[in-house]
Amino acid sequence: MTTLLFIEQMLNGLQFGVMLFLMSAGLTLVFGVMGLINLAHGSLYMIGAFAAAAVAAATGSFVLALMASLAAAALAGALIELTIIRRLYDRDHLDQVLATFALILIFSEGTRWLFGSFPLFLDVPPLLAGPVTLPGGIEYPAYRLSIIVIGLLVAVGMFGLINRTRVGIRIRAGEADREMIAALGVDIAKLYTFVFALGAALAGFAGALVGAIQSVQVGMGEPVLILAFVVIVIGGIGSIKGAFVGALLVGFTDTMGRVLLPQVFGLFLEPSAAVSVGSALASMLIYILMAGVLVFRPRGLYGVA
Amino acid sequence: MTRETWINVAALAVLLGVPLWALMADEPFIITLATRAAIFALAGVGLNLALGTGGLVSLGHAAFFGIGGYAMGILASHAQAYTPIMEVPFLIEGTKSMPVIWLVAMVTSALAALAIGALSLRTSGVYFIMITLAFGQMIYYFAISWPAYGGEDGLSIYVRNEFPGLNTLVPMQFFGLCFAILCLALLLMNAIHKSAFGLALSAARQNETRVLSVGMKPYHLRLVAFVISGAVTGLAGALFADLNRFVSPTMLSWQMSGEIIIFIIIGGVGRLFGPVIGAIIFILLEHTLGGLSEFWHVYLGALLLGIVLFAKGGVIGALAGREKAHD
Repeated sequence: MTTLLFIEQMLNGLQFGVMLFLMSAGLTLVFGVMGLINLAHGSLYMIGAFAAAAVAAATGSFVLALMASLAAAALAGALIELTIIRRLYDRDHLDQVLATFALILIFSEGTRWLFGSFPLFLDVPPLLAGPVTLPGGIEYPAYRLSIIVIGLLVAVGMFGLINRTRVGIRIRAGEADREMIAALGVDIAKLYTFVFALGAALAGFAGALVGAIQSVQVGMGEPVLILAFVVIVIGGIGSIKGAFVGALLVGFTDTMGRVLLPQVFGLFLEPSAAVSVGSALASMLIYILMAGVLVFRPRGLYGVA
Repeated sequence: MTRETWINVAALAVLLGVPLWALMADEPFIITLATRAAIFALAGVGLNLALGTGGLVSLGHAAFFGIGGYAMGILASHAQAYTPIMEVPFLIEGTKSMPVIWLVAMVTSALAALAIGALSLRTSGVYFIMITLAFGQMIYYFAISWPAYGGEDGLSIYVRNEFPGLNTLVPMQFFGLCFAILCLALLLMNAIHKSAFGLALSAARQNETRVLSVGMKPYHLRLVAFVISGAVTGLAGALFADLNRFVSPTMLSWQMSGEIIIFIIIGGVGRLFGPVIGAIIFILLEHTLGGLSEFWHVYLGALLLGIVLFAKGGVIGALAGREKAHD
């Protein structure tokens, strides 16, 4: 394997990791602040992708499509928070799992009813369609590179929001002691709706960005949701920093595993066996990573006991 | 007899009575539906030990359901192709005999539950939910990417496996077999509930500190419960694969885990017959609503939401009151 190919795969891993961070950030915030496990987060990812595909088809503008994905997912998030999710904060985790599982069923079938079962396609904007040449002569798709840049910018923005702004202080205070900040006069219900809508918007945005690389279809959110769970279990639930480190770890492990493992097994197995053993093991690799982290740190890398 | 006992007897009577009626009316499809209900109930009975009694919200029980299914698929496919499963270091042949398949299904799913449980039970609460889900997904992706047994396409069996003295291809005889196993599993769970182990497991759910302080280890209690639970769900998986004569990664998918939980929730968490009533209602809904609309999962979702938000005890809780409800 050449160095160029290796660097290209590293970039792919980075791009995947950054996407996973957008997805995990909302999930981990919602858990950290409200103590809620939200399975329907994958549905918000799907809503963002569908909104983007529909707007892009109607207007032809990718920027409008991205804005639509943010708006639609934030709106859907705020809506379900106000009607259903807020009844679940005081319930046990089983109730939260079930109610949000029910939301997945409703959202998935509702989307299938609206848009049909066939996948939609969201085109990469023409400006970013070609490859760019990076220092060192590496050709890399411009769109994937811009996903990395946008994702890193959002990550920086999130750290700034949480650590430097007044809303961020309230969010962190809500994580530490929700009764206390309610007693200090912060409208906790509004804060919760805001945090939930923010997480939803990030998930919807991720859905729209990925939708241009893959197809936009019902059920696209759940595999990503489960990867996001792996990310926040590794990083520690409630920690934005943990979500970032976990997302990059999972992104790199998964991408590099798929490339390297078949080659590693190729050293001592015949080619066809090496590919099947290698790819089967590669598909399990991130879960093995998660199990490994759990053995040493049951609360994740940055989790508090 | 309490009201709950009456409801339980009625549930069994319905589950046995409907196929008997279908046999008279010559409606073999109804018998197959009842068989599905009995098998789903069995899967739910298995999970209910972990979820209801142990308070362990496992979102990965499809793993055991699917492993049971694949145990059947792999053994039977080797038997029908007359090829051994392995020759070195010793010979293992496939088989078409149900009792052997059931034993293998239970042992393999119990071993998987031991490995997954030993790791997952180091954590609790929401971590436990996510980790069981992730391990379930790991096995799902393994089944998809491992080409030897059909990969994504799954594995078909031409003829249903054999049980001594029965013709399992006759729907009523296969139903009888599944129903008998369900009854045995219910008796076993009833015995576990009343045993010292069951009481300690229940206590560990209600107050871990007190259980620790009398010298018992909640981790061990929960691990044993998780393993038994996985084995029973694995047995249900073997029966389900035999019913369809087909096994595929769908049986391992996380939606399947969600559905097994739904059986329990509709019926009533922690009630012995909760999964039985839940599975009957689920099959009824799937059959009637599924006939009305292609998008019947919307109604299922709305119903589930309604039960979670407004009727926590499920059907048994609503009918029998809260006197024996879980807390």
